[in-house]
Amino acid sequence: MRADWSTFWPKVLDATGETVYMVLITLALSTVGGLSVGLALYATRKGGVLPNRAVHAVLGTFINVIRPVPFIIAIVALAPVTRAVVGTMIGTDAAVFPMTVVATFGIARIVESNLLSVEPGVIEAARSMGAGPLRILLTVLVPEALGPLVLGLTFMLVALIDFSAVAGTVGGGGVGNLAMTYGYLRFDTSVMVVTVLVLIALVQSAQFLGNLLSRRILRR
Amino acid sequence: MTAPATPGGPGQPVIELRDVRKEFPGGAMAVDGVSLTVGAGTVFGVVGHSGAGKSTLLRLVNGLEEPTSGSVLVDGQDLSALGERGLRPVRREIGMVFQQFNLFRSRTVLGNVLYPLRLAGLDRAAARARAEETLDFVGLSGHGGRYPEQLSGGQRQRVGIARALTTRPKVLLCDEATSALDPQTTGEVLALLRRVNRELGVTILLITHEMEVVRGLCDRVAVMEEGKVVESGEVYEVFARPRHATTAAFVRSALHSAPCTAPRTGRCWSGCGPATRGGWSPCR
Ligand SMILES: Nc1ncnc2c1ncn2[C@@H]1O[C@H](COP(=O)(O)OP(=O)(O)OP(=O)(O)O)[C@@H](O)[C@H]1O
Ligand SMILES: [Mg+2]
Repeated sequence: MRADWSTFWPKVLDATGETVYMVLITLALSTVGGLSVGLALYATRKGGVLPNRAVHAVLGTFINVIRPVPFIIAIVALAPVTRAVVGTMIGTDAAVFPMTVVATFGIARIVESNLLSVEPGVIEAARSMGAGPLRILLTVLVPEALGPLVLGLTFMLVALIDFSAVAGTVGGGGVGNLAMTYGYLRFDTSVMVVTVLVLIALVQSAQFLGNLLSRRILRR
Repeated sequence: MTAPATPGGPGQPVIELRDVRKEFPGGAMAVDGVSLTVGAGTVFGVVGHSGAGKSTLLRLVNGLEEPTSGSVLVDGQDLSALGERGLRPVRREIGMVFQQFNLFRSRTVLGNVLYPLRLAGLDRAAARARAEETLDFVGLSGHGGRYPEQLSGGQRQRVGIARALTTRPKVLLCDEATSALDPQTTGEVLALLRRVNRELGVTILLITHEMEVVRGLCDRVAVMEEGKVVESGEVYEVFARPRHATTAAFVRSALHSAPCTAPRTGRCWSGCGPATRGGWSPCR
């Protein structure tokens, strides 16, 4: 069976809108969450600006438990929590929840590793001026690591577009859902091609914007 | 056992170390019973080979390292009595300059100099005026909008000095401030440090492994080896009559390539030696 193209294009547009919505909301929430967890992880490590072994170990373990779980399993495993938090297990809002959880911990690791690559001498300089730990985190470490941080977030943004498609296949809405219902269930190759093209376009624009922004920040 | 304290030269003692030891976990005794006094307005040099404990000694003075035993007094105040939080206002009275400059790459030259001022609570306008004034002092007015990577090594170090000085500290700590620079630029930076001392009255404690720096800038010098001060005194005395073998080797290294015959003017040696030909400005 062939898709009706006159009704199909509006559907593509809607689905793309849904995907963009899911991805951006998730990116916003997980950036805030990931930055907080990543900063805490970095600050509490041994020799960090606010060393705290217990907090560091708990956060580290948590991340290591969540990160290796394949996203499709995470969606299923988190489903009860999703229902409790969002109120439903299907649709775009329900997809945002597991995406945010997984992305938060991914971003936390990205943040931690980028902060670790900031030269210790710069931190020492700020300490020698009498800056406190929180101040150093926010006014020295984050700005100094911002270029690579933006690239890391771009990497996560691209991963989120992938996640959103996966969430779509299990009832999350968006382009993934479209590909599943038209392309997979109805064996319509042309719909498959269109959705793949849409996803490629989204990924390309995300990467382009991320590169542009980080180049601006790094001035090269 | 307390090593005899070094007389601090002119003025009240600003920095006092009393039998200070610093042992790192793992057993390295980086500073091993050092006592020394730096008088107000003095330029005090510490020389020693790599690993002698010079950086650790300097970092004890602004509390970046905590002594294992002994006490560190700055302006009469015992640092160990203050917690990490209590140290912060003290650190604002002590500028620090680094071998690798350690400038904020995400900030402009002006932004770098503004940072400690904003930290000290100056409002935007006052901080900006002060930062511009300091940049002018170090000869970088007009460079405020540039980024560190757009500057030469000597210019970067002058930004480092401006950033350390702009809150008008009493003390400047210099950790190998010229070791990453060529002889010409070294001379420029030393001349600037000399002005900092003479014109602003800032007490300077600097560490170096280059005896030329000591000769060009310092009033007094201490020689360190394996965490201990093995010799100290007025620079001209130490140069004239080194008592310890390490000191003698350092003095030879400074005098080796061009025997110094220039007269001593004022409180420092006027130019001689290879670095001089690179352009040290003579002292006034
Ligand atoms: N954080 C640290 N942990 C353990 N050991 C340290 C630490 N910092 C310094 N040390 C050790 O203390 C000793 C003195 O080091 P320090 O950096 O003070 O020497 P230095 O005289 O400044 O040497 P350089 O001229 O190479 O800078 C060295 O043996 C070093 O390995
Ligand atoms: Mg050192």
